[in-house]
Amino acid sequence: MLDSLSEKLQHSLGKLRGSGRIRDEDLDSTLRDIRVAMLEADVHFKVVRDFLDTIRNRVRGVELISSIAPGQQIAAAVHEALIDSLGKDSHSIKQESDGPTRILIVGPKGSGKTTLCGRIALYFKERGLKPHLISTDFERVAASEQLQALANTLDVPCYVENIESTSSEVAERGLLAARENNADVIIVDSSGIVDFTDERADALAELADVVDPTELLFVVDSMMGQEAVNLAGAMDEALEGTGIVVTKLDSDARGGSLLSVKSVTGLPIKFITVGEELSALEEFHPERFASRLLGMGDVASLVEKAKKSAPEIDSKKVAKKMRDGTIDLEDFLEHIEQIKNMGSLSGLMDMIPGASGLKSQIGSVEFNDNEFKRREGIIRSMTPFERKNPDAINGSRRKRIAKGSGVGASDVNKLLNEFKQSKMLMQAMAGGSGKVGNSMLRKLGLGG
Amino acid sequence: MGFGRSQEDSQISDVDRGKIKQATKKTRLSAFSKITGLFSMDAISADLWEELEEVLISADVGVKTSFEILDRLKAEKPKTRPEVKEALRDSLIEILESVEETAGKLWDNDELNLNLKAVNSPAVVLVVGVNGSGKTTVIGRLASLYVKEGYRVMAAAGDTYRAAAIDQLQAWGATVGFDVIAQQPGADPAAVAFDAINAGKARLYDLIIIDTAGRLQNKTSLMEELAKIKRVITRQIDREPDEVLLVIDSTTGQNGLIQAEVFTKEAGVTSIALSKLDGAGRGGIAFAIAQEYGLPVKFVGVGEHESDLIPFIPEAFVDALLLDREE
Repeated sequence: MLDSLSEKLQHSLGKLRGSGRIRDEDLDSTLRDIRVAMLEADVHFKVVRDFLDTIRNRVRGVELISSIAPGQQIAAAVHEALIDSLGKDSHSIKQESDGPTRILIVGPKGSGKTTLCGRIALYFKERGLKPHLISTDFERVAASEQLQALANTLDVPCYVENIESTSSEVAERGLLAARENNADVIIVDSSGIVDFTDERADALAELADVVDPTELLFVVDSMMGQEAVNLAGAMDEALEGTGIVVTKLDSDARGGSLLSVKSVTGLPIKFITVGEELSALEEFHPERFASRLLGMGDVASLVEKAKKSAPEIDSKKVAKKMRDGTIDLEDFLEHIEQIKNMGSLSGLMDMIPGASGLKSQIGSVEFNDNEFKRREGIIRSMTPFERKNPDAINGSRRKRIAKGSGVGASDVNKLLNEFKQSKMLMQAMAGGSGKVGNSMLRKLGLGG
Repeated sequence: MGFGRSQEDSQISDVDRGKIKQATKKTRLSAFSKITGLFSMDAISADLWEELEEVLISADVGVKTSFEILDRLKAEKPKTRPEVKEALRDSLIEILESVEETAGKLWDNDELNLNLKAVNSPAVVLVVGVNGSGKTTVIGRLASLYVKEGYRVMAAAGDTYRAAAIDQLQAWGATVGFDVIAQQPGADPAAVAFDAINAGKARLYDLIIIDTAGRLQNKTSLMEELAKIKRVITRQIDREPDEVLLVIDSTTGQNGLIQAEVFTKEAGVTSIALSKLDGAGRGGIAFAIAQEYGLPVKFVGVGEHESDLIPFIPEAFVDALLLDREE
């Protein structure tokens, strides 16, 4: 969906590769690229401006960490700012503890409101609740027939009136009918907005007064352009919205309107719709979305780092060794050198989506600069034979290695144990036990 | 600047021009009033280009097209703000008018003629677009234009997927006065088109307008279905549909370009209708579509009423956008 934006962002960030620190002109040109990418994704130009200011400040304000590439730091700032803009938590639908939950749906004409009403009805029906639909749209031809037809399909009750009346009057009678019917969740459809006039604002406010909604949801079409920001702003001013629903996210639109509307209203995104079937309603997860927007997790920057620190790595050979479990201390030494360039292993794990679980498995392996040097010293005190065959290291060999590297025999033991652990972990990751490892390998350019 | 039409050609009336102005008033006030403010002074400041860029982008013209327009403008080295305005106006009109001849038979580029006598009878228009773009409403209104000219019009309820889409078209038929050929919900839309054309030929209709279900252009199977509908039509009338009209919501962002591309590839779009221009939407994507794919806008939806589908007039559209507040 947002592939193009993430590709562009990655391309933008790619340009920074190879520079030791962020120079202003690099930052400017990267931000220009990000600006174009975001505008092409239909993020409102003012939202883009604010967003880029945020990133600029974050990158400028933070002291550069020498072990992390500047591009990675900008990527991290973009990712963070995106999650901040999208809201950090996922939000579910509020429900009344006493009496029926009332949901009012408002939004532009053609954004998918009526279908959404059906989807939400199904959502609650599947959770064992009794939904009840109400149509208050007299403007669009056959709008109430559409809602009634959806209700029939879902086998849920639907209140419609055939004689033209005002939306709030119909809603009042509909609510009464739904309550008499012992509905748990009442879903009220409204007329689509084309021009958000004062009359429209008043009519919707009146409808909202009558419904007194538990949730008042603004519908945003993911294909909408720059105007999304103004319409959302107007709706937000006229009505007390509680959340946003983004529709048609199964399109190939880049969905920048989502960011725009989120920024202008600050409301949580409650649902997204991702298909033609009524069941294609999903809860919104900001992290997931931000990750998708940027590619995969922070992998973009992981790749960045890996490429930068290990340009001559024979990736196929290493990948094969990891899979076969034939990796040896020679490789371990090479790895330590790379990791030294890339930053800590646990930091690397943080960037791999879903790898936090694996991280706990290697919790005992803490790398810092002195540790690196010590390990390096230990391995360098081994003979090539010993490096290839760590299992052959017996007591006397261990003593010699400890003496040669100026550490205790227990330190040599510790390193050998860590190596074993790491080897098992690599095998697990490379051996197809999880998508995480494989995709990480691919992203690192190590996969087959 | 003329449109190649004579005085007695009443189809683009002052009323229509007024409607476009009215419909785009919002656009003008919210976006181009900034230009007005900019134009009111004489000197060109360094910020001018950046502000013009924002004005174009905020109207969904798109980054690439906006940059191209402004680059051309800069190359002309205008010296005063009124010169910038004139050059921008010319540039925008030129993009819309320079669209090459397309395959469409009913509506020429120079004049929007509702005369059907020049084509084989019945004339056939296939209407396509994404979900919620306003296809059925455009069909109701398009039919109304021809019904008023005295033609016998039939519509085919080819949206057999969305709940009550058939009811919606039938309600329009009853209001406007055209016949609707429909099958059951869920029926094969190509079969509906087949029936409609046979009925239209047998009963000597002048125009058949075929509705289709809204579909996102990245849904391969639905696009294949659309290609099939078009094949069936082509076989039945022994020629391509006279027009394939893509309906695009005026609020659509840059995805409109992809819509134009893919619907043209799969269904051979010949013309564009910009719906809901009376609302928040600015329709700026029309410039990019004209520039990238050479597709002309033929109609705009400018209001809630039956008669609110009107011919698109590039000059009036651009003038309305650039109109000074005092005018």
